[in-house]
Amino acid sequence: MEVSLDFSKVKEIVEDYTEKVDSLIDSYADKKEQIISLLQDIQAEFNYLPQDVLVKISQKLDIPLSQVFSVATFFRAFSLKPRGRHLVTVCLGTACHVKGGQRLVDKVERDYKIKPGETTEDMRFTLEAVNCLGCCALGPVVVVDGKYESKVTPDKLDRVLKKYR
Amino acid sequence: MVEPVRKLLEKKVESPEELENLRQSILAKRDPKRTCITVCGGTACRASGAEAVVEAFVDEIERRELQVQVSLKETGCHGFCERGPLVVIEPKKLFYQRVTPDDVEEIIDETILAGRVVERLLYTDPTTKETVTYEPDVPFYKKQTRNVFGTNGTIDPTNIEDYIAIGGYAALSKALFQMTPENIVDEVQKSGLRGRGGGGFPTGRKWQSCHEAKSKVKYVICNADEGDPGAYQDRSLLEGNPHSILEGMIIGARAIGSHQGYIYVRNEYPLAVRHARIAIEQAMDYGLLGRNILGSGFDFNITINKGGGAFVCGESSALMASLEGKVGEPKAKYVHMAEKGLWERPSLLNNVKTWANVPLIINKGADWYAQLGTQGSKGTMIFSLVGNIVNTGLVEVPMGITLRDMIFDIGGGIPEGKKFKAVQTGGPSGGCIPEQFLDTPVDFDELTKLGSMMGSGGMIVMDEDTCMVDVARYFIEFLKGESCGKCTPCREGINRMSQILSNITRGKGKPEDLDTLQDLAEVLSAGALCALGQTAANPVLSTIRYFKDEYLAHINDKKCPAGVCRELVSFSIDPEKCEGCMRCIRECPTGAVSGEKKQPHTINQDMCISCGACYDVCKFGAVIKR
Repeated sequence: MEVSLDFSKVKEIVEDYTEKVDSLIDSYADKKEQIISLLQDIQAEFNYLPQDVLVKISQKLDIPLSQVFSVATFFRAFSLKPRGRHLVTVCLGTACHVKGGQRLVDKVERDYKIKPGETTEDMRFTLEAVNCLGCCALGPVVVVDGKYESKVTPDKLDRVLKKYR
Repeated sequence: MVEPVRKLLEKKVESPEELENLRQSILAKRDPKRTCITVCGGTACRASGAEAVVEAFVDEIERRELQVQVSLKETGCHGFCERGPLVVIEPKKLFYQRVTPDDVEEIIDETILAGRVVERLLYTDPTTKETVTYEPDVPFYKKQTRNVFGTNGTIDPTNIEDYIAIGGYAALSKALFQMTPENIVDEVQKSGLRGRGGGGFPTGRKWQSCHEAKSKVKYVICNADEGDPGAYQDRSLLEGNPHSILEGMIIGARAIGSHQGYIYVRNEYPLAVRHARIAIEQAMDYGLLGRNILGSGFDFNITINKGGGAFVCGESSALMASLEGKVGEPKAKYVHMAEKGLWERPSLLNNVKTWANVPLIINKGADWYAQLGTQGSKGTMIFSLVGNIVNTGLVEVPMGITLRDMIFDIGGGIPEGKKFKAVQTGGPSGGCIPEQFLDTPVDFDELTKLGSMMGSGGMIVMDEDTCMVDVARYFIEFLKGESCGKCTPCREGINRMSQILSNITRGKGKPEDLDTLQDLAEVLSAGALCALGQTAANPVLSTIRYFKDEYLAHINDKKCPAGVCRELVSFSIDPEKCEGCMRCIRECPTGAVSGEKKQPHTINQDMCISCGACYDVCKFGAVIKR
C-alpha cells in the first residue's frame, strides 16, 4: 500500500469534525487496546481513515501517532484514501479462483481502468479483491455495496455494474 | 426475528436445578408436533435470497392468520449451500431447495394447509436421478455424522431458549458442579481432541499447561479469524450456534482459572459478529455468563474483537498482538502462549470448532468421543467441500473417512462429467493431493504424510481444467500479500518464489527453476518465524511432487496443458461454429477480432492479449482455447 503523510496537514487539526467522532474516540479512552475497533468505527463513518482523525486519535488517547499509523496501514481493512461511491469486492478465495474469479478482476481493470485497491477518477467505483468471503458454493462471488452477486461471469458483472452510477 | 422473542427472565438462573427447570418449562411450552418452517439464514443462503423468502413467509402467514398453527424460524447454515435457499418443514423435515419468494404461497397452500408435497421444489440427486422428500434422506446429509454441526439447522441462533431446549449449557452445569478443573482437563486430554484450526496440537495438553501456569490473570481466546480461502465452517458455526462456542469457552475458563475471554473474529463476517454479540448478551441475562455463573461463584466475561483483515492474525502470537492493539506480527515461539500470551499472561487459544467440541466431550464423556475417528485423530471434523464439485457445502464426517468417499459419495463428484485432478487441503499451508491417493483416510497425520495438512478443514476440489502451476502461483501470491514482513526468509523468500512461478506461468521459466524453488522452500521451513512462512512452500512442493510434468510443459514446451496461463494460451475461432454475431468483436478490448456480420470472424494473433473475453461471451462455443 502506498503510504505518505503530509506533515503540513498534521499540524492543522481540524476541529470541526462532528461531535460523533469526538465521542467515538472518547468512548475508547479506557480501552486503548481496542484501537482496531475504533479505526473500524471511524472508517464506517467516513468510508476511509482521514488523516486528521488519526492525529486526533493519537492525541486524545495518548497513543504515539506512529503506532496509530502502523496499525492503520498494516491491516487490509483500512484505507487511507477516500473510496468511491460504490465498493466492488471481488472474491479471490481458492474456490472462486478455480471458478474464474481473476477474470472478473481483469474485466474491471480493463473496463474501468482500476486495479484492486484503486478508485475510478469519477469516484464511482473502488475495486477491492478479498481472499474469501465464505460463500464458496456461489463462486465466483462479487459483492457490490454489501449485496452479494453469485456465479458471476464477466458478462453478468458488466450488467451488474452498469446499475451503479 | 420471527420466533417469539425471548422473554426476559425475572431472575437469573442460579443453580443446576433451575437450569433444568427452565429447560423443562421451555419444552413444556413447545409442541414437538407443531409445524415449523425453518429457513436457512446462513451467509450463503442469504446471498441466494433467503431473507426475501423469510419475509414472504412472514407476510403470507400473517395474511392468512396462521400464526397459531405454524411457526417460522430462521436458522444457521445447514451446510448444503449449493442448493440454497433451503427450507425445511418440521416436524417431518420435509426438504425444499432453491426456494424463491414466489414459491412461498404454494408452499403454504399445498404443504401447510393441504398436507401435500410440492414436487418441483424437492431435491433430485443429479447422479441417481432419485427425488428425495425428507432432509435426512438427502445423500449429501445421509453419509455425514453431524455431532457438532447438526443442531445448526434446528435452532434459532438469536434465541438462547432454543439452545437450552436441546440440552445447551448442561455441560457447563456439569463442569461447574460435578467436576474439578483437573477433571475437566483430564477429560479433554482423554478425548484425544486435537486443535481444529490448523496445527492439530493436542488440545488437552494445551489446557494442561495453561492450567498449571502460575498467574492470577489468565485469558481464554476463541480464534475465529478464519483466513484460509475456501474454508467457512468457523463462520457458519459462530453464526448458527454461537452458544455452543460460548459454552466451550466458559468450560475452558473454568478449567484453567480464567475470568476474561475474547472472541477474535474476522471483520468480513458481520453476521457472525452480530450473532455472537446477541448470544453473549442473552447468556449474561440468563446468568450463564458474567458474575456468579449458575450460582457457582465462578465469574467469566467474553469480549468480541473484530480483526482488521490480515491472514497472519490467525497465528496465535500475531492474534494476541492484534488484541493488544498492535500490528499483528508474530513472535518467536520459544515461550509458549499457554505460559506467556496475551499481555504476557497465560492464554488458552483454541479454534471455533475446537471450542464447539468441548460441550460434547463434557456431556457424553471422553470415551464416547474417542470412539469416533482414527488412532491419532479422534472425533469428527467439519470440512468445507468447495471448488469444482457438484455438492458444494459444509460436511461433518468422522476422522478417517477416505477422500474418495468425501468427494464422490457426499460431494457428488465433479460437475459436467469432467475428470478429477487434485484436492487442495489445508489452505495456503497445505498441498494438492492427486488422484492416486483418493483412498487415503483423512486425518491429521495421513494428510501431513502426503505433503499437505488438515488445516482448518478446507477442501478445494480441482478438475482437469485447473492448472497446477497456476494454483501454486495463486497460493504464493496470496502469501506474498499476507506476509507481515517481519522476518527475512518469509518476506524475501516468498517474493522470490512468486517471481519464479510468475515467470514459469508466462513461459519464461528455466529448467533450474524447480531446484531453486526447492532450495527456497528449505530456507523458509527452517528459517521463518511463524507457521505462515514455514509452511508457505507446501503448495509449491506438493504440486512439483505430484504434477512435475505440468511444470515441465510450462518450462520446456512453453505450454499450459490446462489452458489457464494466459500467456501460454492462444485463442482462435472455429469458422464452422461461428455464426458471425459480432459479440466478440464488441467485447475484445484490443480490437483483435474482426469480421463481417453473419460471416465467420477471425482473431489477429499479434494484437490478441489472451484475455479470454471472446471465449467468455461466445454463445456458440466457436472460440477455441489452446
